[in-house]
Amino acid sequence: MKGVEMEDQMYEIEETMPLNPVESFLRMDRMPHIWCPSCGIGTTVNCFGRALETSGLDMDKVAIVSGIGCTGRVAGYLNLDSFHTTHGRPIPFATGLKLANPELKVVVYSGDGDLFAIGGNHFIHAARRNLDMTVICVNNFIYGMTGGQVAPTTPISATATTAPHGNFEQPFNLPYLAESCGAVYVARWTAYHVRYLTKAIKEALAKKGFSFIEVLAPCPTLYSRRNKLGDGLDQMVFYKEHSEIQHNIDTKTATLDFQGKIIVGKFVDKERPDYLTLMNEHYQKKFGDKYTPYKG
Amino acid sequence: MKADPKGVLTGAHFLDGDHACSEGAISAGCRFVAGYPITPSTEVVERIAERFPLVGGVFIQMEDEIASSIAILGGAWGGKKVMTVTSGPGFSLMMEHIGLAAMTETPCVFVDVQRAGPSTGLPTQPAQGDMMQARWGSHGDYAIIALCPNSPQECYDLTIKAFNLAEQYRVPVLLMMDECVGHMTERVIIPPAEEIEITPRRFYDGPKEDFLLFKPDADLVPPMVKAGDGYRIHVTGLTHDEKGYPHMSPTAQAKLIPRLVNKIKLNADKIIEYKEDQVEGADVVVVSYGITSRVALPAIEQARKEGIKVGHLRLIVAWPFPEKRIQELAAKGKALVVPELNLGQIFYEVERNAYGKVPVTLVPHPGGTVHNPKEIYNAIKSIRHGG
Ligand SMILES: Cc1ncc(C[n+]2csc(CCOP(=O)(O)OP(=O)(O)O)c2C)c(N)n1
Ligand code: SF4
Ligand SMILES: [Mg+2]
Repeated sequence: MKGVEMEDQMYEIEETMPLNPVESFLRMDRMPHIWCPSCGIGTTVNCFGRALETSGLDMDKVAIVSGIGCTGRVAGYLNLDSFHTTHGRPIPFATGLKLANPELKVVVYSGDGDLFAIGGNHFIHAARRNLDMTVICVNNFIYGMTGGQVAPTTPISATATTAPHGNFEQPFNLPYLAESCGAVYVARWTAYHVRYLTKAIKEALAKKGFSFIEVLAPCPTLYSRRNKLGDGLDQMVFYKEHSEIQHNIDTKTATLDFQGKIIVGKFVDKERPDYLTLMNEHYQKKFGDKYTPYKG
Repeated sequence: MKADPKGVLTGAHFLDGDHACSEGAISAGCRFVAGYPITPSTEVVERIAERFPLVGGVFIQMEDEIASSIAILGGAWGGKKVMTVTSGPGFSLMMEHIGLAAMTETPCVFVDVQRAGPSTGLPTQPAQGDMMQARWGSHGDYAIIALCPNSPQECYDLTIKAFNLAEQYRVPVLLMMDECVGHMTERVIIPPAEEIEITPRRFYDGPKEDFLLFKPDADLVPPMVKAGDGYRIHVTGLTHDEKGYPHMSPTAQAKLIPRLVNKIKLNADKIIEYKEDQVEGADVVVVSYGITSRVALPAIEQARKEGIKVGHLRLIVAWPFPEKRIQELAAKGKALVVPELNLGQIFYEVERNAYGKVPVTLVPHPGGTVHNPKEIYNAIKSIRHGG
């Protein structure tokens, strides 16, 4: 509890300062946002703003792409070139955006259902191709926007409106999935770990290639309440007390059980040429001087 | 603006319609294509994949048609002219993103080389069964433009036109080919680049602080910018205001959606194109498009030889539909015959505009091959006798 208070206080103090540095990354003319009180999505956005602040990136060259869902609304609140696409398809949209204009830093910010149910196929192929983009998944174990249905991340035995007797399907282990498909950066944090998360986002943004961050975040309105886990703060306490930082572990072991231990950390950070680098090298070899390296 | 000579293969070629479409796209300045293989459209992307590296384009074979159809929208907002290519089953998968393109006013070209359906149907054989899907396939109200080439030469010419219209109206343009036109090989003339007229993107050039991404010009079409230009745009499939911000109200809906439809409807006279032959003195007019417009020719010739006054109206632009022209023909008492490789699609549009004033005869065909011209001839003849 103490740790939570400290983290929270740190933020509150900064938030009441005359100018919240994150504000310049937000579309303040769109406030108030639609998220419920103590929803974890806003906390992740705060971390994202802080990561941008120190990233050294030109904000005119950062584009954000979301799908549909509560997390899908993130794009609409960020003062960047921002695209709110269709359910499950932010990654292929981002693929086109990046390939058309490689000078952009492209970030996909979306929910667990969006990225791994309807959009799962796109995720695995983008990771395989090592497209240069950062994918941030807010995993609240549920479909928030549509009212709390079961997701491919819902832990076994947790309930959802479409799994009222408890879920019996095995959920994805997202870091393991990302790593096995070829992501060059994979991390998992929770909405409690604001400083770690901010650092991870900054690292992911600096990485060339497909970087992936899973952020566990409370959905107090649907997931926590239905599963009798208390409110957002109780979930934060749970994250604090049950998280174990284990960098570089075998992602295969990073499974999540219902209210069980949460392994967090930076699991993968490696180098592999990204899609456009491979394409340019390949065609240069093939066509020699006839080929002009593609720069957009 | 004239075409970039870099990709233009000026000269006389012997090409099939699919390859001619690829060349049309390159001549039009298309430099981003995403696609997923499907017969009978695959040759289009194969040639693009072959040609693109040396003309500065990027082709990517995506994991499915859903991905292809939204990757091109990302490509358009990244600043490129973009295209995807498919056939029936893939076209069905693309519908949600035709809607997103219409809603976000993203210029893009969808090519559908039609084959017989429904479902997997006859993968290697022709049909014209996607004409209504082209117009209405995505949910909600919106408008698109659809073109129907009837030869490899037109596959080349109309692909360029499709790109130009997409830029002019910030709208998805659908090139509705069919298996016959896609796979037939004929002479195709590619003109010198300086003779190819290209419509550039309507990039905004006013003061930055006044910029609104969805504030229309007088023709109801808003100018555009691309990601990375410093405008910090927001683009959403939600109902939005002129700034692009979501607005969840019937008022915002009533402002936006009619404009999306009207920018095509009110500019229809400028968009519509058809070719007529001996329509003026005719008693009967055959209304056709795509491969069927060629299959109809021997039927029309035969009927004329027998003294029947037959005209021919060939749709080049199917959507928006030339409503006024059909109304005029009906008002002049001309009976209408509509052969198409489906069991009645464009027919209903013709019938609707004839207002019951003249007989309208469908010459249906379930696809798989083309009509026997005799079926069309019989329809012409029976009208004449019946009327
Ligand atoms: C094609 C399509 N299918 C279904 C929906 C309905 N829908 C909207 S959001 C959503 C789930 C969102 O869950 P998630 O991605 O986990 O985001 P969250 O709301 O939890 O942040 C669904 C099923 C839709 N918009 N489009
Ligand atoms: S429903 Fe859940 S995920 Fe959505 S805003 Fe509310 S708390 Fe957040
Ligand atoms: Mg979710």
